[in-house]
Amino acid sequence: MSKMHLKLTVNGQAEELRVEPRELLIHVLREKLNITGPHIGCETSHCGACTVEMNGKSVKSCTVFAAQADGAEVTTIEGLSPLGEMNVLQNAFREHHGLQCGFCTPGMITRAHRLLQENPTPTAEEVRFGMAGNLCRCTGYQNIVKAILAAASEMNAAKEAAE
Amino acid sequence: MIPSAFEYHRPADVKSAVGILQAQGDEARVLAGGHSLIPMMKLRMAAVTHLVDLQDIAELKAVSIAEGKVTIGAMVTQHMLIDNARLAASVPLLREAALQIADPQVRYCGTIGGNIANGDPANDMPGLMQCLDATLGLAGPNGTRNVKARDFYEGAYVTACEDDELVVSVTFDVPKGGHAYEKQKRKIGDYATAACAALIEMDGGTCRSASIAMTNLSDTPIWSRSAGAALTGTRCDTEDIASAVTAALANINPTEDNRGPVAFKMHVAGIVIKRAITRAIASA
Repeated sequence: MSKMHLKLTVNGQAEELRVEPRELLIHVLREKLNITGPHIGCETSHCGACTVEMNGKSVKSCTVFAAQADGAEVTTIEGLSPLGEMNVLQNAFREHHGLQCGFCTPGMITRAHRLLQENPTPTAEEVRFGMAGNLCRCTGYQNIVKAILAAASEMNAAKEAAE
Repeated sequence: MIPSAFEYHRPADVKSAVGILQAQGDEARVLAGGHSLIPMMKLRMAAVTHLVDLQDIAELKAVSIAEGKVTIGAMVTQHMLIDNARLAASVPLLREAALQIADPQVRYCGTIGGNIANGDPANDMPGLMQCLDATLGLAGPNGTRNVKARDFYEGAYVTACEDDELVVSVTFDVPKGGHAYEKQKRKIGDYATAACAALIEMDGGTCRSASIAMTNLSDTPIWSRSAGAALTGTRCDTEDIASAVTAALANINPTEDNRGPVAFKMHVAGIVIKRAITRAIASA
C-alpha cells in the first residue's frame, strides 16, 4: 500500500510529511512531529487523553486516521500556550488541584478549552456533561470541575474589563 | 492497535464514492465519523482494503425542513443535530436522543448515517428511525432508491444496503404530539442496556397514534406495532400503559452479555418502555 502526502496545520505551523493512511493522528503527532502533549491512554476512544482540536472540534486522535486530517487545522495542548506561559485554564488547574498524576491533563485542558469557547458560562452540571469524554483516575473530577468553572469566571471577568 | 494497510479515497461527490464501491466490491467500506469502523479496523475485526472517506461530500451534510418533511444528510454529525435550533424545535426527540449518544468528542465525529448504516443493534439512531417511520435514501450504481427504516435491518450488522450502495439521507414527517427517548446505560459513553423511543399523539384525552421502538433488545432495532395499537384509541391510563409495555416486551429477544442476563434486560426494558410512554403522553 502506498504512502500518501499529508499536509496539515498543527498549532499554526504548516506541516508536510509522508504517512501511511492507516497511521493514527496521535501517532503522527507524537512520533513524527514530536508533539507529545496529547497522550495515549486507552487507545480505544474511551479515555480522552489524546484529545486534540481538529477544525474547531474536540476529537480523540487515537480514533482518527492521519489521512482524515489531510488539510485540517489541528491544535494540541502546546498550541494553547504558544509562548510557553501557562494560560488561564492551565493556571486554574494548578490553583484548584485539577490534577494529580497529570496524565489526563493535556486532554482535559484541550477539551475544556473548546467547551468554554462554545459555552463561556457553563454550570457545574454542564461542565461535567461537556467533559464526559475525558477520564481521570486520580482526582474524582471535583477539582477539575472547580478549575474549569474558575477559569470561565476569570476569562469572563477579563472580557468584561476589556469592554 | 494499528489496522492492516488500506488505500485511502476521499471522493468529492456521491457518484464518485459509488464508483469506488462498484470497482472494489466488498473490499471497500465507506468511512463516516469512523467511531465504529476505526475501532473494528484497529482490532482487525473489519478487513478493509479500500477506505472511502465521505468527509468532503458537501451534499451529505445538508438538513432541510420543509412542508412537514425533514431530510437529513447522512454525514450530519450528532453534534450538528444537537446544535441545529430549527431541527431541535421540529424534532425534539432527535436532539434528546443525540445527547445520549457516546460523549462530546465522539458526537463531533459520529454521524446519523453511520449510526444507521452500521447495523449495530446497540446504536441509537436505528430505533429512532423506526419510531419516526423514516425512509432511508440509498445511492448506488443505478441512482438512489428508498428503503423504509422498518425494512432496512435484517440482523446484527446485516442491512438492506448492498456492497455498492451507501446511505445518503433520511427523510421523515415532522412528528406530532409528545415524545421521549429513555436510555438505560452503565455509564456515559456506553451503549444502552435497554432504550425506548416513544412518539404519542393525543386528541382530547384519547390517544390518536403511538409509535414505540426499542434499542439493543434484539439483534435488530424493534418497532412494536402491538404496543402502539395497545395505546391507540385509549385514554392512556395506567392499565393501557401496562398493556402496551407487555405488548412491547413480547416483541423483543435480548441476549445475555456484559450488560446483564436476559431476565435483567427484560426488567430494564419494562422500566424504560413505561417511562418513555409515560413521558411522551405527558408532553403530548
